[in-house]
Amino acid sequence: MHKILLIIQREYLSRVKKKSFIVMTFAVPLFFFALYAGMFYLTKKSFKDAHTEVFVIDEQGEFAGKLQSNKNVSYTVSKLDLKAQKKQLTESEGKQSILYIPKDILSSQKAELITSGKTSFVTQEIIGGQLEEIIREKEYKAKGIDLQIIQSIKPKVAIDAKEITADGEEKNSNTAIAMGLGVALAILVYLSLFLYGAQVMRGIIEEKSNRIIEVIISSVKPFQLMMGKIVGIGMVGLTQFVMWLLLTGGLFITATLLFVNPQDMQEVAASQPAAGNMGTVSKAIGQGGSASILASIQSFNFTEVIIFFFLFFIAGYLLYSAIFAAAGSAVDNETEANQFSMPITMPLLLTYILSFGVIINDPNGPIATWLSFIPFTSPIAMLVRIPFGVPMWQILTSLTLLILTFLLITWVAARIYRVGILIYGKKASLKEIIKWFNYKN
Amino acid sequence: MLLEINHVTKDYANHRALDDVSIQIPKGKIFGLLGPNGAGKTSLIRIINQITAPDSGQILFNGEALGPQHISQIGYLPEERGLYKKMKIGDQMLYLAQLKGLSKKEALHRIHDWCERLDISSWLDKKIEDLSKGMQQKVQFVATVIHQPQLIILDEPFSGFDPVNANIIKEQILRLNKEGATIIFSTHRMETVEELCDNIALINRSKKILDGSVQAIKKEYRNQTYKLEYTATEDNFLLSNDALFEVITSTRVEKTYITTIQLNSNIHINDVLMHFVPQIQLNQLIEIVPSMADIFIQKVTQVSPKANDHA
Repeated sequence: MHKILLIIQREYLSRVKKKSFIVMTFAVPLFFFALYAGMFYLTKKSFKDAHTEVFVIDEQGEFAGKLQSNKNVSYTVSKLDLKAQKKQLTESEGKQSILYIPKDILSSQKAELITSGKTSFVTQEIIGGQLEEIIREKEYKAKGIDLQIIQSIKPKVAIDAKEITADGEEKNSNTAIAMGLGVALAILVYLSLFLYGAQVMRGIIEEKSNRIIEVIISSVKPFQLMMGKIVGIGMVGLTQFVMWLLLTGGLFITATLLFVNPQDMQEVAASQPAAGNMGTVSKAIGQGGSASILASIQSFNFTEVIIFFFLFFIAGYLLYSAIFAAAGSAVDNETEANQFSMPITMPLLLTYILSFGVIINDPNGPIATWLSFIPFTSPIAMLVRIPFGVPMWQILTSLTLLILTFLLITWVAARIYRVGILIYGKKASLKEIIKWFNYKN
Repeated sequence: MLLEINHVTKDYANHRALDDVSIQIPKGKIFGLLGPNGAGKTSLIRIINQITAPDSGQILFNGEALGPQHISQIGYLPEERGLYKKMKIGDQMLYLAQLKGLSKKEALHRIHDWCERLDISSWLDKKIEDLSKGMQQKVQFVATVIHQPQLIILDEPFSGFDPVNANIIKEQILRLNKEGATIIFSTHRMETVEELCDNIALINRSKKILDGSVQAIKKEYRNQTYKLEYTATEDNFLLSNDALFEVITSTRVEKTYITTIQLNSNIHINDVLMHFVPQIQLNQLIEIVPSMADIFIQKVTQVSPKANDHA
């Protein structure tokens, strides 16, 4: 037992001390943080940059007086005609626009905004909105509707989507957040199973091609060496995740406390739906308004997600790394190993691809449910489903199946490994590997 | 006996690696395990190291059945050397020593001693990949013996060393042997065997075909061959007597002759001398004892044709 601890310790320390590990541990949270900060900054900047001076040429006549300047747009009624104003615009510096309101605006419902440079999306929205409002008021008046009554009626309904669970408990459901989380978990598990599984394989090939293997297994049992390596590298992975979790959390909290004043935060949050190009998921969140996002994030059971993330990651990692270990023992070098890593990771890759479409859109459908029970695909499929809410019995059955499979596969892998590591220069066919499995000790 | 190997047989899928092999290795001796490539030496060494188990037969270590408790009593230097390329020498030695059951404190102490002895203290913080091949071999040798095993198994220990370093390692092996360690050499180098080994066993085609003390084996393989150097008193002298011996080679420089003869059976060298002494003045007489290399080749090629018939 003491020896397996020594092996775990070596495998763990030799990797954790590596520069690449330290860089990754700090770089990933920093990257996400920088991404977020960058987005925050850009949104805020575009918000500020949106200030435009608009010269209004009102051919219709009733509009210019009703347009209201605000912090984004300031209107000046133009004294020139369109042609002269355009000329002035091309000669002037700074951001200026001409709003040309044609005579027939009421019937055509069209206006032109001419800008030196690109017109910002925010400006268009604001001007468009104001024009619509002026036309609307005019129509109301024409149809004899009392404006004051209209203005006094301000209904505001917030839809609070709730999900009812089997035991009658209600909780907030926000599909968008579940989708985002599901995708994030799929990417994280897929990459890490691949990354750390391949590290196990590479470590074994290194020992084999270095020929140190014979020295080590004259001191310890092959099974101890294999498990020591798998556990050691798995702990490296866990360390990395925990560090990421802590660092990212820490960075966000300190940065928010230190640099961001709440007003900015609100401004940016409010402008997010208007900013538009932020991807479907965040757009979907945005539509709910910032207050309700907060509510649904808070209602989300992150503890459950994190606990099952770790459980499924660990079990899935143990399963796949055992297969990677057997593959590593069967080859002499990494080039040869590549022919094995493809078929090994096929189920993972398939689930990974499916999780973006089928699983996320129909998390309780037959495909998603089956994939989340099959041990080779469940580490990804189940984790994608969990944010949408999965009955506990399903999660536990899937986890049990996964653990049982991992025990079986480890037993098989160890039998192949103990023979494979001592055989050199033989191309390992599947037939050969089955023969190794059947060897007596 | 430190190690008794009794009727060990080991089969692999397509061939028999060891066939009813029995070898006794006396305590405190240097033992040569000889045989051509693929004879089964590595299989036997792996069984002694408990890397694999025999299909049948029994191995006794100090009279007890060989088991996991003996792992810390054996040190093994495989023919294909290797260490972790990116690990520091000191860490590496410590790791291997601890795997053999040494405490960290004891291991560090011994690493210090060995590094002083081999003058490699300055390397401890270097990585293996930064060392020359000879230096790596030294490190690996230390890792093999650091836990002071009773039995040291060395597979081609001198390959990769320059003569100076080979000599340093040889001295260390002899020192360890003097301190009580039993040593098994697996080697093709017959000069090493003649120089260092007390006993040998020769394995060929998975069978043991010869074993015993080097002296006894050489004695047994003497074939009545002598080299005589003499000056003849007559001019056209010819050393010849078909009844007594057969001349194998003969050279002459002026009046000095060097002749190799093989005696007929039941003839003693004294008979030859008695016969010729009146005619020659004898300068030197040497019995030509076969070298281990000769015996090795003779035994291995002798068996081969038969085995080929089987195959």
